[in-house]
Amino acid sequence: MTPLQIVFLLVAAITLFSAVMVVSIRGMMHAALFLVLTLMGVAFMFATLGSRFFAIIQILVYIGSIAILIIFAVMLTRNIMDAEVASLNRGWWFFAPLALLIFASIVLVLSSWSAFATLRDLSSTSGENILEFGKALTDPNGFVIPFEVASVLLVAAMVGAVYIAMERRGGRG
Amino acid sequence: MDFLRDPYTFVANRFQEFLTGLGLAPEWVLFISFLTGAFILATSAMLLVTMLIWIERKIVARVQDRFGPNRVGPWGIFQSFADLIKIFTKEMITPTGSDWLPYNLAPVLAVSAVLTVWAVLPFTVTFYGVNLSVGVLFVIALGAVGEMGIILAGWGSNNKYALLAAFRAIAQLISYGVPLAITMLIPVMFSGSMALNDIVLAQDVWYIFLAPLVALIFFVTNLAEIGRAPFDLVEAESELVSGFNVEYSGLKFGMFYVAEFLHALTVSLIFATLFLGGWRGPGAVEYPVLGIVYYTLKTSLVYFLIILLRASLPRFRIDQMMAINWKLLIPLSLSLLMLTALVYRLVFTQPHIVRVLVLLAVNGIVFGVLNLILARVEKRNSRRPLVAEPRPVARAESISSNTPVE
Repeated sequence: MTPLQIVFLLVAAITLFSAVMVVSIRGMMHAALFLVLTLMGVAFMFATLGSRFFAIIQILVYIGSIAILIIFAVMLTRNIMDAEVASLNRGWWFFAPLALLIFASIVLVLSSWSAFATLRDLSSTSGENILEFGKALTDPNGFVIPFEVASVLLVAAMVGAVYIAMERRGGRG
Repeated sequence: MDFLRDPYTFVANRFQEFLTGLGLAPEWVLFISFLTGAFILATSAMLLVTMLIWIERKIVARVQDRFGPNRVGPWGIFQSFADLIKIFTKEMITPTGSDWLPYNLAPVLAVSAVLTVWAVLPFTVTFYGVNLSVGVLFVIALGAVGEMGIILAGWGSNNKYALLAAFRAIAQLISYGVPLAITMLIPVMFSGSMALNDIVLAQDVWYIFLAPLVALIFFVTNLAEIGRAPFDLVEAESELVSGFNVEYSGLKFGMFYVAEFLHALTVSLIFATLFLGGWRGPGAVEYPVLGIVYYTLKTSLVYFLIILLRASLPRFRIDQMMAINWKLLIPLSLSLLMLTALVYRLVFTQPHIVRVLVLLAVNGIVFGVLNLILARVEKRNSRRPLVAEPRPVARAESISSNTPVE
């Protein structure tokens, strides 16, 4: 066994464990913290696969902003931190089998795909090419339209947030 | 002789030969040598911090016309070691109702987030942990991990002041992360690489001469990121009793303390790497051991500036701190980014001296315009004078002569 495999197994075990804890633990704050651990595990997965860029971006975006945002949302919501909220709602008997059904059908569809069980040989591609990635994002023949549309969406979200948070002079607060 | 020229490569090669001689597989040799290297680097960084604490106390004492530590050893040089031994004997108190795992994880995260940055720092042309292709992003991402440490400390200690301080610290760190990331883009743009060693290798001219204003913004932003004066609102004794670490005692508090000093050293190292040419200097490529000397000199200069600022400036109010960031640093750094990109593209093929002069001129113009705008803003919201009006009764000469002077 190589050291990389040992690290992979350890990280995979921690990631899966914390992913289960996110949905099963009582208390929102702990769920959020386990979510951080899960996301960190995913970043390690990227790193062990040799994709440095996506490992770093995973930490930067998901832990640096999204997880902190979630934690803030949890902390600033009243009566959610200390109360041990029930983790199941009333419709669980209907939705749990439904989720299982969807999962089973996805597995069924994917397993009929020939490339599902074979490992792709990645040894020929040396690392990753950020330059190509960046060019593809700004290339008119590449992904420039989805990229720009995503930025417009983000700007719209930001304008909306500013509008909600803005204090209106006079009239209704 | 080879040892004197480049001790790091010499020792590393000998160590790997020794491990291979033991009959280990190549991947295990690599793993063990990286592990050993990381252990040595981290330990020496932590030991360095004890000296840094002494230096900082000495310099701040000199600024304030005191002697500073002067009892333990010559010039009190072993004072930090005495403090270290003392802090080991202190009781570690766990507050009632604290959340066990976050409470204990927070100090570890705070130190490790800073220490991990050292993995990508190039100390000489050959001596670095890894020349990561996304080194600059790595440094920014680890800042986020440090923020997690602060949140965990604030939440875990079950204290409302700690939680408030954590909120405040995160607000500060996230806000100042924006100009930090923007200014770090400029060296990346100049060198065409995000790997820190490649950035150093590309600095035939130090980037501080190509982008002095950007370097200044980067420096100020880093002061805020490490929570040093004048941005030390995170540890406001008067408002938040102490800060997010109020419930920590003994060695756990010591971890936060070490993390703070280590962070200050690390940002000095990063500043020296990005803007002062890192290990570059005469003969540093042929004799890599010289690189350490140059790098230490440059870093010490930045670190000395940080200490001097800490000793001489008062603390900002929180609204002032936010206003400086959102109303001054972010617009300024954004416009500088666009302007520098445009101008640098135009003079890209010119010799070094032309590039430097053109970019210095651009920076001068931006500074002039900024000065004009700030002067107008200053005139519009005129502040009340900071010094109180002279009150005749309370002055010494009016008391003695019994006649009001004014």
